[in-house]
Amino acid sequence: MGGEFIMRRTILHVDLNNYYASVECLYRPEIRDKPVIVCGDAEARHGIILAKNYIAKNLGVKTGEAIWEAKQKCPSLVLVRADFQKYLRFSRLAREIYADYSDKIEPYGIDEGWIDVTGTEQIFGTGQDIANQIRQRLRDELGLTGSVGVSWNKIFAKLGSDLKKPDATTVITADNFHEKVWPLPVGELLYVGRSIKRKLQNRAIYTIGDLAKRDISDLKLLLGVWGETLWHFANGFDAATVRLTGESSIIKSIGNSTTTPRDLVNNQDVKLIIYVLAESVAARLRKHGFKCKTVSISVRGNDLMSFERQGKLSDPTFLSNDIANKAMELFKANYRWDNPIRSLGVRGSDLVTADTHVQLDLFDNSNLDAEILAGTVDMLHKRFGHYSVQRCAMLLDRHLTGFNPEQDHIIHPISYFK
Amino acid sequence: MNSKVFVEVTAKHDIYGNVRPLTIKWEDGRVFEVDRLIDVRQAASLKGGGVGIRYTCNIMGKQVYLYDDEGKWFMERK
Repeated sequence: MGGEFIMRRTILHVDLNNYYASVECLYRPEIRDKPVIVCGDAEARHGIILAKNYIAKNLGVKTGEAIWEAKQKCPSLVLVRADFQKYLRFSRLAREIYADYSDKIEPYGIDEGWIDVTGTEQIFGTGQDIANQIRQRLRDELGLTGSVGVSWNKIFAKLGSDLKKPDATTVITADNFHEKVWPLPVGELLYVGRSIKRKLQNRAIYTIGDLAKRDISDLKLLLGVWGETLWHFANGFDAATVRLTGESSIIKSIGNSTTTPRDLVNNQDVKLIIYVLAESVAARLRKHGFKCKTVSISVRGNDLMSFERQGKLSDPTFLSNDIANKAMELFKANYRWDNPIRSLGVRGSDLVTADTHVQLDLFDNSNLDAEILAGTVDMLHKRFGHYSVQRCAMLLDRHLTGFNPEQDHIIHPISYFK
Repeated sequence: MNSKVFVEVTAKHDIYGNVRPLTIKWEDGRVFEVDRLIDVRQAASLKGGGVGIRYTCNIMGKQVYLYDDEGKWFMERK
């Protein structure tokens, strides 16, 4: 790799501790010394725990649990309804602080982000100095604490921010990563999820060090391209750059998901929800002037196990019918109804611009008419409201379909690989 | 008792966008003049519960904090 000849980068990863709960506790001093959880709307069945403070955490409350589960562990729990406007505001304020140190800020979700401060040593000091300054300012100016990881690549910076919480700086250098990173369980590494972890453990790879010391070609056989990527991650060879502020706004995919008001129990229910989601995805594709070539669905059963499947379309499209049909096809091929379904998502990716040239079908060009019709429906929605024109099927179960996914807030980390 | 007190403020906004609070009206109706402005910065109020632009003011010989939380002004009760 010739690492000595490459200028070492200095990358920070800031992770705001217990973000939602900390913001709520800041606003309500009287609940700061009580166990606090932030949760969604219980009546619309979004009532899972989104965040908790350290007191609740120590009582064994976990993110993602249902409220009743948490209440069993801790009857005196203080419930706070999530207020996303507030969290977005604090997220923006935090980014304004980071912007004083660099123009390379890449947010990862609402409460995390990377900052590349390479070359600012003469102005602000070492990476560790900057990390400490940022933590101090987060405390003073926003009343929040953050954990900061400092390293020469994004992967180790993120790992570092997870090592010591709350309100701490962890520096991972080329000299100490063997002791600090390699003993960690391999699941701590970004992108090692449930299934990859299981595959690795079957090959006696338990720690990040085990992964790093493996022969790269073995890993490639086991995991494909991912094997190589993860090996590079584990050895600190990751060279992904921190994107410039604003650069990340390039849209790579458009998707919507929802947790339904009641569990879905048959294909008909699923079809209704998929239509609602596909309508919204299609409308947003049209709004941004895109067509998608790939459709993916995500399904979460009421056992909270989820999976994702994707499939290619024969032609790029921004029509809800095409998207919904593909989504339904994927669903039928992949779900066996072992459990009722709790939430569904539909996503269009592989985007191309809508005015791109396409090969027309020799005989059937009914899609052209459908595209004009979709444009007309968009206009009607704009002028007379979301519910002015609807699919007839939506009326089969208004309780289930009576939501507008476009107005739901969508906050989740975008993919690391752009 | 809640230590966050929302207050009415008269302030001067100059043409450069600077804001200078001139008087504040305390919850019991008394109006106090801001004798001197010592410091202005973004800050969190742990005591009151909130964030905003913090004006460190000198009022009747005492140093107090006055916060502007996006147009809603508040102070901390002693």
